[in-house]
Amino acid sequence: MTEKTILINKEGIRTDGRKLSELRPIKLEVGILSNADGSAYIEQGKNKILAAVYGPREAHPRHLALPDKALLRCRYHMAPFSVEERKSPAPSRREVELSKVIRESLEPAIFLEKFPRTSIDIFIEVLQADGGTRCAGITVASLALADAGIPMRDLIVACAAGKAGGQMVLDLNDIEDKEGEADVPVAYMPSFDAVSLLQMDGELTIEEFQQALTLALDGCKQIHALQKEALKAKYQAVKEAAEVLEEE
Amino acid sequence: MPFFYENRQIVTPGDLLAEGDYLTGSNTYKHDSKVYASRLGLVEYRGREIDVVALNTFYIPSVEDLVIGKMVEANLHGWTVDINSPYPAILRTPEALNRPFKPQRDELSEFLSVGDMILAKVISFDRTRDPNLTIREPDLGKIRYGQIVRVSPAKIPRIIGRKGSMISMLKKETRCNITVGQNGLVYVSGRSREDERIAISAIKKIEEEAHTSGLTDRVTDMVRKERGEVIQ
Repeated sequence: MTEKTILINKEGIRTDGRKLSELRPIKLEVGILSNADGSAYIEQGKNKILAAVYGPREAHPRHLALPDKALLRCRYHMAPFSVEERKSPAPSRREVELSKVIRESLEPAIFLEKFPRTSIDIFIEVLQADGGTRCAGITVASLALADAGIPMRDLIVACAAGKAGGQMVLDLNDIEDKEGEADVPVAYMPSFDAVSLLQMDGELTIEEFQQALTLALDGCKQIHALQKEALKAKYQAVKEAAEVLEEE
Repeated sequence: MPFFYENRQIVTPGDLLAEGDYLTGSNTYKHDSKVYASRLGLVEYRGREIDVVALNTFYIPSVEDLVIGKMVEANLHGWTVDINSPYPAILRTPEALNRPFKPQRDELSEFLSVGDMILAKVISFDRTRDPNLTIREPDLGKIRYGQIVRVSPAKIPRIIGRKGSMISMLKKETRCNITVGQNGLVYVSGRSREDERIAISAIKKIEEEAHTSGLTDRVTDMVRKERGEVIQ
């Protein structure tokens, strides 16, 4: 790359018109797949991701079942049309790794020990990708788990922060992720103030890393509020309609 | 002692419900003397106990539960039964027959075949073993006529109602015989298909609006209205 793209202009505005510590617009919807036990959908900027949860159900193949807790399986997959150049539908090295990382970040929130010998399967399907899909994937997957009625200690929220164009930014998009200096994805359990995923790609000083972390946690808290709203929205509408009927 | 929500407000997993000396009811858990919700549901503060009435759950067997199941497989000594749960149930021959089963003479499929629906009772279940069923009790056994509706197991208490108020109203108004399986399957049999249809649509309405108040009255109105239309 000979020419460097300008990621942040003189006014401190990013390529997609956001301020430095501004999230992309987020739309969340819960319970949109009728065949899954739980499901959710997220649009975060240009990202479009579906999550489906099945289970707890009988673990197949049988030998994988654990005697003392449920087996948690996760598949992160990008649709061939989710990126500009067609992606082979076979799971790539990156997708296999992300599946593991997402599974491990969700694991501490689920009461797996309540359902021995069963399996809980999470499917995360990226329909359109624009950077930060692992974080958005964790955010929707946790909503789908809650929708499936699986007991959880807390919802899990994820958000990235990093350095692009020489400055610390929140919620990096694809260009900022690729051309920027560093990316720090964080998954977080808000009620316990506990971090369940922390990665870093790129170079940051210790101070910058701490800044990125606080910025990401702040983003997580904002998304958490949206998550709770989305979960309640599914039932609130019916409840309000019934209350109107009452009054009549 | 502080409560953080109002009664019957919707809470999500991880919401802090109360702090201090409280007992955890269903769908809640305790951490550092704080009570949190573990499922999406409606919070209910009942004195010292805090409950969350879940909006969606799956069926976990419990001894003495009445369930409706589907035969999926016949083995050497019994059947595997799908009871709409993460754990497949087992119906062993001594629990199905009133006389000793002789493999030399008897064929399992003479009694129950794959695809049959049965009304059964859970006789044992723990973390280490799959649930065992019995049909050797009055009114249990193969379901031969009527219809079966599937609802979320979370809504079963609502279909039964407080002290059975909802179910007895439904039986009276629809003139159907209704048996509620704890596993989320409801068996409806009436004198006509039309009676059954009305009962099923009422059950569906209860499922959809389970978390709202004044439901019994609204369902009664609905059933009466539908029945009125039939008579005309």
